[in-house]
Amino acid sequence: MSVNIFAYNIPFISIFLMMLAAIITPILPNRKRIPEKLSCAVVFVNVILSAYLIYVLTNSGGSLTFNFAMGNFPAPWGNELRAGPLEAILSFAFCVSMLLSLMGNSDSTAEDIPEKRRVIFCVLVNLLTASLLALTYTNDIFTAYVFIEINTIAACAIVAVKESPESIRAALRYMIMSSVGSGLLLIAICLLYDLTGHLSMQNMNLVIKNLIANREYIMPLTVALALATIGLAIKSALYPFASWLPDAHGNSTNVSSAILSGLVLKGHIFLLIKIFVRVFGLEAIHDLRMDNIIFALGIIAMIMGSVNALSQVNVKRMIAWSSVAQVGYIFLGIGLNTNAGIAAACLHIIVHATVKPMLYAAVSGLSSAAGHSKSLHALMGTFYVNRWAGLGLIAGAFSMMGIPAFAGFASKLSLMLASFDSPVMIFSLAALVTSSVLNALYYVPAVIVVLTHDKTKPKVHMNVSMIYKISMGIFIALTIYLGLFCVTLLRLLTRGVIVLG
Amino acid sequence: MFAKLVVNHYEAAAVIIFGIGLSNLLLQRNLIKKIIGLNIMNTSVYLFLAAKGYISGRAAPLLIQDAAGNWINDASVYVNPVPSGLVLTGIVVSLSVTAFALALTLRLYESYATLNIDEALLKMTREQEALEENLLQESDEDVLL
Repeated sequence: MSVNIFAYNIPFISIFLMMLAAIITPILPNRKRIPEKLSCAVVFVNVILSAYLIYVLTNSGGSLTFNFAMGNFPAPWGNELRAGPLEAILSFAFCVSMLLSLMGNSDSTAEDIPEKRRVIFCVLVNLLTASLLALTYTNDIFTAYVFIEINTIAACAIVAVKESPESIRAALRYMIMSSVGSGLLLIAICLLYDLTGHLSMQNMNLVIKNLIANREYIMPLTVALALATIGLAIKSALYPFASWLPDAHGNSTNVSSAILSGLVLKGHIFLLIKIFVRVFGLEAIHDLRMDNIIFALGIIAMIMGSVNALSQVNVKRMIAWSSVAQVGYIFLGIGLNTNAGIAAACLHIIVHATVKPMLYAAVSGLSSAAGHSKSLHALMGTFYVNRWAGLGLIAGAFSMMGIPAFAGFASKLSLMLASFDSPVMIFSLAALVTSSVLNALYYVPAVIVVLTHDKTKPKVHMNVSMIYKISMGIFIALTIYLGLFCVTLLRLLTRGVIVLG
Repeated sequence: MFAKLVVNHYEAAAVIIFGIGLSNLLLQRNLIKKIIGLNIMNTSVYLFLAAKGYISGRAAPLLIQDAAGNWINDASVYVNPVPSGLVLTGIVVSLSVTAFALALTLRLYESYATLNIDEALLKMTREQEALEENLLQESDEDVLL
């Protein structure tokens, strides 16, 4: 191993810390918001750990990646975690986004969830983070399935934690669709295990390469790949399978919406990237023609997500439908089936994981300024009541439209650059432009409404808490940083995708 | 084609059962039946895995003694133990998912008095409409006063 012993253990430590936090949260005293502070603290520790891991991996000069053997048992007997630049960067992004979502929405959490249930909420958040980190780091496909199920239960439970009848109904719908997705993934994993005789990703890859070179078992391989893709597409809300998303994200409390949109979808997408790049390999994906299907579905999602968002009057549902469109962008990048395309997709994962929680936090600030109404009209003039939230909404909207110097511009630009080498360039460019215009069609009115003075309403004064200002400030700074300085990050992501295969 | 189906009859049966479970999970209207469908789907996967792990003529993967009383360490005597491990893990996972789904169903029934998720949606929209009508009537009365 080319890294020091502490860095070598970081993938395990970060997952283990989150699980430990989930276990000890219920025995902590439930006052002064101690459980939430503990969650934030542990996630913050994870931010530092993964930042250190990125630093070590990029400066090790060696192979850039290592496999962590649990309990020192080598691969076929023991369980393995794998860390490379891609995994380290994504877990850093997930932890930062989780921390800022928890901080930025803490006021609305206090209003929506009664104090007695906030302990359970914190347990769920810790488990969710643990499962996300495990999905990012795992090298064993069955472990991935187990953590997907943990993720599903935690995600459905944080939708239902609001306790309103609508949120229970939304959680059940989410649960059913999720179960379909994980069922399909499970049978796909079993088929792959049947065909390859392995569960660890790189061993599966070796066998699959042989099978494809000899043109053996092509049909079962295609079926397994299709089942895994559809299963994960349902879980990550790719358009025709996204009917559950607006309900679940629109009816839950703000912090849940932020976590679900920003993180839970991304964990599943990254697992799909791992299956594509690491288990099958890009050539095999092209051979089995899955890249074209993903590409086409991505384009449809980009357009249809935005078209559906146009007709929403509830701001949260509008942002939820916009998530469907953004997931389409990511799948477009994966569908290009090149290292550059997948790196651009990973950049968009990071961008969306920053911008979407910011938008939800902004909407939560604005709607509490408008007396907790979620309809777009009620938000008129709220910019002047809560300027930080207003700025967040404007930065988020600019980023979604792809205005230069904001995060969305960088990822859209890199998606465009990646598609120049592809035979389907014209479709991808047309879809990117159309979708940006559609994004503008519903985000610009929202910004205009928020900025318009409402003369009929009496002037309201609102105390914006310090923690909200800080997290909003970091969110906006990150958005602009990603928009201006993404070149180094993109280069690192590309190297990460290359060593992932 | 059919020869392969006969050779792999366990797997074929497992996939058919999986299809039955999946269509129940998607198409049934009653939530309890949906959850039963989910369980059928998961159980078919266990059948698939158990069939894959079994090698005919071999012993269960627990150390056994030969006639002279020596422990047999040779792996070729035993069936593959990994699928059984996967089945155990799968059972735990599906148990927890089922328990959680049933708990949510109970809450839905408490709020809407129905086990049909579409009917629950319908009831909710009706309630909202009734609420809005009441509000409208009240504002009309305000105008009349």
